Amino acid sequence: MPPETQAPLLRVSALTKRFGGFTALDNVSVEIRPGERFGLIGPNGSGKTTLINCISGAFRTEPGTVTFRDEDITRLQPHMRTRRGIARSFQIPRPFKSMTVSENLMVALDFAAVTDEAASAPQRRDTMMSILTRMGLASKADVSATKLSQVELRKMELARAMATHPKLLISDEAMAGLSSSEVDEVLDLLMSLASQDITIIMIEHIMQAVMRFSDRVMCLDAGRIIAIGTPSEVMANQRVQEAYLGT
Amino acid sequence: MNRNGILFWVGAILFLVAALLMTQVIGNEYPFFACYVILQFIVLAVAWSILGGYAGYVNFGTSAFFGVGVYTAVFLFKAFGAPLAVQIAAAAAIGAFLGFALGLLTLRMQGIYFSIATIALTIIIETSVTNWRFVGGASGIQMQRPPVMSPFNSYVQMLFFVQALLVVVAVAMARYIQGSWVGRGLQALKDDELAAECTGVPTLRLKLLACVISGALMCAAGAPAAMYLQYADPSSAFNLNYSVSALAMSLIGGTAHWAGPVIGAILLGTTQQLLTVTISSEVNVLVLGVMLVLFVVGAPEGIIGLIRRVRRNRNDGEG
Amino acid sequence: MFSFDLLRDAVVIGVLLGCFYAAVSLGLSISFGLLDVPHLAHPAFLVGASYGVFLLNDRYDIDPLLAGLLITPLLFVFGIAAYRLYYETFEKRGSDAGVRGIAFFFGIAFIIEVLIILQFGVDQRSVTASYIGKAWRIGDMRIPFRLVVAFVVAVGLTTLLTLYLSRTFMGRAIRAVAQDQEALRLMGANPVRIKQWAFGIATAVLGIAGALLIIVAPVDATLDRTYIGRTFCIVVMAGLGSMTGTLVAAIILGVAETIVLTLFGASWAPAISFAMLLGVLAVRPQGLFGRRS
Repeated sequence: MPPETQAPLLRVSALTKRFGGFTALDNVSVEIRPGERFGLIGPNGSGKTTLINCISGAFRTEPGTVTFRDEDITRLQPHMRTRRGIARSFQIPRPFKSMTVSENLMVALDFAAVTDEAASAPQRRDTMMSILTRMGLASKADVSATKLSQVELRKMELARAMATHPKLLISDEAMAGLSSSEVDEVLDLLMSLASQDITIIMIEHIMQAVMRFSDRVMCLDAGRIIAIGTPSEVMANQRVQEAYLGT
Repeated sequence: MNRNGILFWVGAILFLVAALLMTQVIGNEYPFFACYVILQFIVLAVAWSILGGYAGYVNFGTSAFFGVGVYTAVFLFKAFGAPLAVQIAAAAAIGAFLGFALGLLTLRMQGIYFSIATIALTIIIETSVTNWRFVGGASGIQMQRPPVMSPFNSYVQMLFFVQALLVVVAVAMARYIQGSWVGRGLQALKDDELAAECTGVPTLRLKLLACVISGALMCAAGAPAAMYLQYADPSSAFNLNYSVSALAMSLIGGTAHWAGPVIGAILLGTTQQLLTVTISSEVNVLVLGVMLVLFVVGAPEGIIGLIRRVRRNRNDGEG
Repeated sequence: MFSFDLLRDAVVIGVLLGCFYAAVSLGLSISFGLLDVPHLAHPAFLVGASYGVFLLNDRYDIDPLLAGLLITPLLFVFGIAAYRLYYETFEKRGSDAGVRGIAFFFGIAFIIEVLIILQFGVDQRSVTASYIGKAWRIGDMRIPFRLVVAFVVAVGLTTLLTLYLSRTFMGRAIRAVAQDQEALRLMGANPVRIKQWAFGIATAVLGIAGALLIIVAPVDATLDRTYIGRTFCIVVMAGLGSMTGTLVAAIILGVAETIVLTLFGASWAPAISFAMLLGVLAVRPQGLFGRRS
């Protein structure tokens, strides 16, 4: 397990995001350690996805900084952050609909997988197929993305994120709306990814999953951090319970 | 080069040779007038499809680029007596610059906002040129053709061949983009720009590239038109019909493959020539509009898509 | 050249003109601002409506405003049908819908233009009515009466629509569906029918708007091109979906146009709205507009 003395992989400092008069994130600061399994919870509208958008670069933030592996990436465009090793899945899957599953992954391998730049096309295809196999999607490789089921779409989201060879993977409610066996499938996937030294931030509403998965959990409410600590600490926290019951 | 590449270039060379032969063998000028227009539309449609088809950014400003090409040629010829090659090269350069400016200005706009911005640009440019006395202002300007060089017998024949060259250039570029990482990146950003960006695709850079290439080709296609008509005026050089035509020809032909705009331009260009001559130019535009709407509603992947569907059905039937 | 009198006149006329612009943009505020339909054919519909008014006025001597009212139910039905077609073809399906939707409306606009030319020719058309041609004199200002009429009707229309959207059940449903379709569906309402109705209203408004258009100035088939700039500029500046915002934005545009017209002449006027539109769009952040965030 990651020792506390290691330098943080991701540091978010004083991150603030406003939309007109509405403050979605208010002075959020947190450090994610390498190899950590980090859970992010909070009621709807608390700013979880906004935080992810700020980390991945979809949103600009003022003020506040985002530091990844000791580099200030606050001004970097999203695709540069992806190349640096930050990958994210979307809450509502965003597949490339005109492509097959394998083509979806090839985009990631062609554009984001910096370590693979010397790899030839056949080598990239092999990498792609091995990722698909690991995700359980190998049989769907040549199927159009429009023909996938919900859980297959979620898996492809994660597979595509994985194909960018990330150091940090952010999974945004990948389990929402799935059956309990499907939830287990996705959870096992994330666990196995975590065991390969990939730092994972998981946003979820399904509490058992968060409890099982996370080393640490952070709870947001109305754009602010109201609790951060081990899963049991956070779950027992008074304010966290109020935040959830209050919604 | 692989087999497809060799086939393509052989075909391109044959096409150019045929065009050249035509100029030597056929004496009557009319076929060249008609074919010139069709070739011009092929260039415009292919150029449009690079931004509109591959990247999914619907540019209504084809007329603007075309008109700028016309007036670049007019200006250079009036001011410096520049030869045709220089006119075209300069037009391409200005088109590239204009495309770049358009891309930068609209870099954060998506969907319809980009499209409206292109209309805005067209009207602003047209208004500016209308107020420019040196190139004739609103009333237009006459152009005197310089003597034609051998091996051509008439200036129109030479323009026809020049346009054939531009077709090859445009198609070669579109073909290259389609098969390369640029094309794949554009396809991803067309499907979902945010997801593409987060998957590592440098969307802004690719969009700008598409704008630059598309703009350069459109402007280059417009440059010879000044000499072709021997006349230029803002309302015809910037005529919105160019925008509608390029768009319609590409969408009807099918934007997934570079052959789509070519097919669309040949089909609709020929129809246009026939209708304008036999009935009226208004009916011609009406037919264009109706076909655009019909295809967009009923056959969204265009003629290319229909061909593919027929092929797939045949394969499924045999399999 | 420059005098305060001239400027004052320009501002007054500009405000009146702006209110007129608001009237012709209200429909777009609904169809594009609230419903997200890339309705590039809105100005073409507007010009088409004005020709309808011309027809009734020319052949049957009906007062243009009355004619506008008469064609309103027709337009309402047409709007519903048009939205149905749009929805079935584009909004339901997936990936290419954006490009095709835009191309679709562009094609429709073009078809309408050509049909008008084929039916009415390229010459300009205008209507006759008792209030056209007269002018009010206030002090040393001369205000064309038809502009006042347009102003009054426009303000009335804006008020009507604002009240409708905020006070009636259907109106609030329309606002709701613009914000959160899913929630509405979960509550048992059918978002498609609501949007259909809204689009019908947006088109129906063009009856009166079309009448105003041909009252204020003669129309011709290609007029829709200039109005694409004006209407979209107004709707975008207004903040997508706000009726009163539309009025304010329209007045700003009206005043800007009249001032430029007074100072620099008519040839630059059509470019103003487009230039302002570009300015507004360039300053906006990526993908985040008005009510959605």
